[in-house]
Amino acid sequence: MSSKQSGRRQFLQRAAVAGLAAGAANTANAQSGAAAKPASTPMHAEASRFPATGLEVTKRIDHITYYTPIQDSAGIITPAPLHFMQTHASEIPDLDPKEHRLTIHGMVDRPLSFTLDELKRLPSVSRIHFLECHGNGSPMRHSDHEKKGSGVPIQFVHGMTSCSEWTGVLLSTLLKEAGLKKEASWLVYEGGDPGKYTYTLPLAKAMDDVMVAYAQNGEPVRPAQGHPLRMVVPGWEGPFSVKWIKHIKVVDQPYITWSEAMNHSIPRPDLGGKSRWHHFQMAVKSVITRPSSGHKLPGPGFYDITGLAWSGWGAVRRVEVSTDGGKTWKDARLQSPVLRMAHTRFNFDWNWDGQEALIQSRCTDDQGETQLSVAELYKNWGYSDYKAEGKSRAIHFNAIQPWRIAKDGSVHDAMFA
Amino acid sequence: MPCLRKKSLPKLSLILLAASLAAFGQRTYSSLGSPLSPEEIKSFDMIVGPEGKELPPGKGTVKEGADVYAKKCVACHGPNGQGGAVQRLVSGSPGNPKLGPFKDTEKTTLSYYPFPTIAWDYVNRAMPANKPGSLTPDEVYSVVAWLYYMNGIIGESEVLDAKSLLKVQMPNRDGFVPAKPVWPPNPKKPSWY
Repeated sequence: MSSKQSGRRQFLQRAAVAGLAAGAANTANAQSGAAAKPASTPMHAEASRFPATGLEVTKRIDHITYYTPIQDSAGIITPAPLHFMQTHASEIPDLDPKEHRLTIHGMVDRPLSFTLDELKRLPSVSRIHFLECHGNGSPMRHSDHEKKGSGVPIQFVHGMTSCSEWTGVLLSTLLKEAGLKKEASWLVYEGGDPGKYTYTLPLAKAMDDVMVAYAQNGEPVRPAQGHPLRMVVPGWEGPFSVKWIKHIKVVDQPYITWSEAMNHSIPRPDLGGKSRWHHFQMAVKSVITRPSSGHKLPGPGFYDITGLAWSGWGAVRRVEVSTDGGKTWKDARLQSPVLRMAHTRFNFDWNWDGQEALIQSRCTDDQGETQLSVAELYKNWGYSDYKAEGKSRAIHFNAIQPWRIAKDGSVHDAMFA
Repeated sequence: MPCLRKKSLPKLSLILLAASLAAFGQRTYSSLGSPLSPEEIKSFDMIVGPEGKELPPGKGTVKEGADVYAKKCVACHGPNGQGGAVQRLVSGSPGNPKLGPFKDTEKTTLSYYPFPTIAWDYVNRAMPANKPGSLTPDEVYSVVAWLYYMNGIIGESEVLDAKSLLKVQMPNRDGFVPAKPVWPPNPKKPSWY
């Protein structure tokens, strides 16, 4: 029996058990007259039993990472079960939404504690935003990729960006309720994971568009995404959007906790060997998701080149595609909607002649910023030879991604090749 | 209440009204959210900032820290703060602090951190990974003292407490730009920056 068939059998068995349990709960309820706890988790419709790509997961004692199957993504929304995530702990917390509290204290007039039910009674907003790991697509990911051979999918290189509709309360609503003191200028906040993930945020951003989200794509935020409550800091590097958010403290200076000090800064030659404290927004970026490394074209003929573009600074204004190694560029079509700080889907008609080809995309955002080549990016950072220096650890890496299509139709990562 | 005569009631309600306005006048959704008492806040207000205002009493020596490390940290972090399965903690060596620029795994070591409070705060709240928050303040002061000693940042005889920790000179204190984190960056930087 294949694993898919086995999965289907398990599904049917679970459905049967759920039905029995629901019946038992109803009986118990009728007998005691008291409200019974749900006997099982509610059923969710399952995906087709035919093979499809799913998450790739890496897990170690100090982290768990989910990689979105970006190579088969469609449209701009990432389903919650396929959304990337990283946590710097070895467990995903199992938090009871009835017990969970969000506290706001520090430099406020009225320290407050909110239950989830109370948060849901406050005015809510729903907004579509991408979240991207600050290390997504970084040179280290490309070198890992090369070590494993060029057939490793794009998923491990660029699969740490995802885009969802988030629903929740604006953080500004909660901060106004607590009443900010005059000295307040930054926040520091902590999640309910075993590692108590902590981050620092300027108050001005918090009062602008930051959300405390309890729903993702129309359902409660899933455990791996921060159930029952997470921060969503639109456009900014992923680690600001702390999951399982519990405590928010208003302070008068940047606290710069462990993760921010250590992992999230990069010494650079152009900065005299020093590092930036924060990078804040994720830079303008695009990547062709199909065809991409790991795919194989069956033969010459028509292909819809498609990909994703986004900018942490605003909205995508233009995406260009080159199929001749960057000699000429033509505008791609942007699919609606084109939203600020959200993935934007682009398409480009292409007839492959069966010869070796180098395809790539570049994005320009509404701030007028255009994605650079890897050589230009490294030159700006003060490196003389990007191929020699290229494998050093770098974050916020938004270089143009070239894919090489070989005569046999196989697609390879050509970023450092 | 026998002492409350009828005619003082309007006065009392005026006082109560004024008090409630002072406390809740700014709120729009005053029926939602509960006030937090100072005791409740104290029970979770653990994050330590660069000024160390939140540091609890306690102290620890380098020698005591070596014991704590051997019992609770070495399994994952490796002997002498490196070579383990997880984050490398030591670069430089006793008496020889590591100076920048930092590369690769040197960046995860305590030598890279700009403030002496950062390691204390993280160890206190998140370590050891199998029982976060279980170390006593004395254990945290001592293991951080040992790690700073191993990184060449403090001497072997130093004792760390809420005061002396703040006086530790971090070798990479000036390794970050701008001098102080600011938002928004001024002047505005290009996207690649």
